[in-house]
Amino acid sequence: MNFKSIEEKIFKVLMIGATLTVFAFVISIIYSIASKGWNALSWNLITRVGGYDLYTQREGSGFLSAIVGSLYIVGASTFLGLLISTPVVFYLNVYLKKRSKMAYVARIAYDVLFGIPSIVYGAFGLTIMLFLGMRGSLISGIVVVTLLIIPIFIRSMDEVARQFPRDILDAAYSLGATRFETIFVVLRQIAPGIATATLLSIGRAIGDAASVMLTAGYTDHIPTSFTQPVGTLPMLVFNLYNQPAPEAQERGYAAALVLTLIVLALSISGRFITNRFSKNKLQ
Amino acid sequence: MMTFRILKDRTANGLMFSLTVVAMLLVVAMGVGLYLKASPVLEGNSLSELLLSGNWRPESRKFGFLPFLMSTVWVTVFAIAMAAPIALLTAVYLTEYAKSGIRKYVFPALDILGGLPSIIYGIWGILLIIPWISNRLAPHFVETSTGYSLLAGGIVLGVMILPLLVSLFIEIFTSVPSELREASVSLGATRWQTTKSVVLRKTMPGIIAAVVLAVSRALGETIAVLMVCGSRVRVPTSLFDDCQPLPALIAAHYGEMMSVPLYDAALMFAALILFVVVLLFNIISRMILYRIEKTFF
Repeated sequence: MNFKSIEEKIFKVLMIGATLTVFAFVISIIYSIASKGWNALSWNLITRVGGYDLYTQREGSGFLSAIVGSLYIVGASTFLGLLISTPVVFYLNVYLKKRSKMAYVARIAYDVLFGIPSIVYGAFGLTIMLFLGMRGSLISGIVVVTLLIIPIFIRSMDEVARQFPRDILDAAYSLGATRFETIFVVLRQIAPGIATATLLSIGRAIGDAASVMLTAGYTDHIPTSFTQPVGTLPMLVFNLYNQPAPEAQERGYAAALVLTLIVLALSISGRFITNRFSKNKLQ
Repeated sequence: MMTFRILKDRTANGLMFSLTVVAMLLVVAMGVGLYLKASPVLEGNSLSELLLSGNWRPESRKFGFLPFLMSTVWVTVFAIAMAAPIALLTAVYLTEYAKSGIRKYVFPALDILGGLPSIIYGIWGILLIIPWISNRLAPHFVETSTGYSLLAGGIVLGVMILPLLVSLFIEIFTSVPSELREASVSLGATRWQTTKSVVLRKTMPGIIAAVVLAVSRALGETIAVLMVCGSRVRVPTSLFDDCQPLPALIAAHYGEMMSVPLYDAALMFAALILFVVVLLFNIISRMILYRIEKTFF
């Protein structure tokens, strides 16, 4: 056997090893969370509001407040994010020319925003809150998470929209459509892209702790107005974990398991949508 | 009727243009906002003092960020050193070797890894990595270690940036035209030789850009690092030292920042450092990546 085929063999083994390592990480993370969390998880935990009982381990308390808090923040910010980023993607891909300078600069700006860590978003949100004299609240949490997911929305929708064949636009123009009227044609074509972008953003929004921690305050109650503080699942996990009582930590694992299951469901449905709808896409 | 349609088109144009610009200006707003909030700390301490001194005593207005900066640098270096080779090999395997059947299993796994929240990685680190370090690994090298260490942070961060690196590498490798590979194979090169001297060589700038991007992602990771790195304020001298990277500093102390004078400005300064570094890294690497995209398409 000569040198080059030995080299080939060695690297092939290394590559398969690396790929298996990736699998090993996934399995080990999910297994460790699931095995710890499953025992602690109970129906009461996810359907009852706990308040401070959650830390004192009173029977029948749960972390519904954090689940609802997460839903509030994720729901509102996803809606706002979608509202703001869809027009931007449309503008970049229909109104601007393919080699436009502005589109180039804008894309770099969004890429940069995408790369900025969530703690910096949180700190920025905090400076604005201090400036306005606000305290940690649901509304500031929503605003910061919206800012955080807008670049994710724009980038992932833009990726799909860029593949969109311009001939279709030309066909619409030739029938007398204005650029704005082509929006329905475009939306229909990039719909799966919008769906996966939404799932991606929800996943990011629900799991984000750093920015929410700095801006949303923390509470064990379900907020009833926008100015009240709110607790989310990641913050709950973090707070429970920092409790000295081992039972509180057990409940932290249960909350972590709930969070993991939500994120897994999002990621699996995202894959499903991509596979399902990319089949009948125009190439 | 006609003019109304055109009017609608124009209005939409204006609206969407302003949305696009406002979204872009968020970068500027962030920089300015953080700078304004951080500026008081710059008045009392010189920039070199802030960045190069290890003297961190908020109560006497001494803010030397060196311990946090060095912690961040070492944790990040370790994470990249661990993740980059694994990601590179995986990406080469998936683009150059594997059949689509294998990809069908690996991609969802990468999706999951990329989608898991930072807090979950933190819990995983505490459940698995920390006990492993303190019981198994550390006794061979140091006398005692709690496990909360630079090494734990590096390992957890490394796994966290793996999916980003793999997907960037795959994007770069698939942009290499297959004619180039065919030319190499037709001259008798093996697959690995082709990969090494055609694909990897051709995409070297892209690989570097992807690594820079992953570095900037690792720099800002907060919660997981906060949970596994420990909390000591000191320039770390070994892998088993506990340490506190910049993002962890902000997350751990924002609650008490209003009670000590200038502390809030110092924490915002930490955020500003992160912002500036990530901004520069991102702009550079994105420009390289765009250029690569252009040359191949």
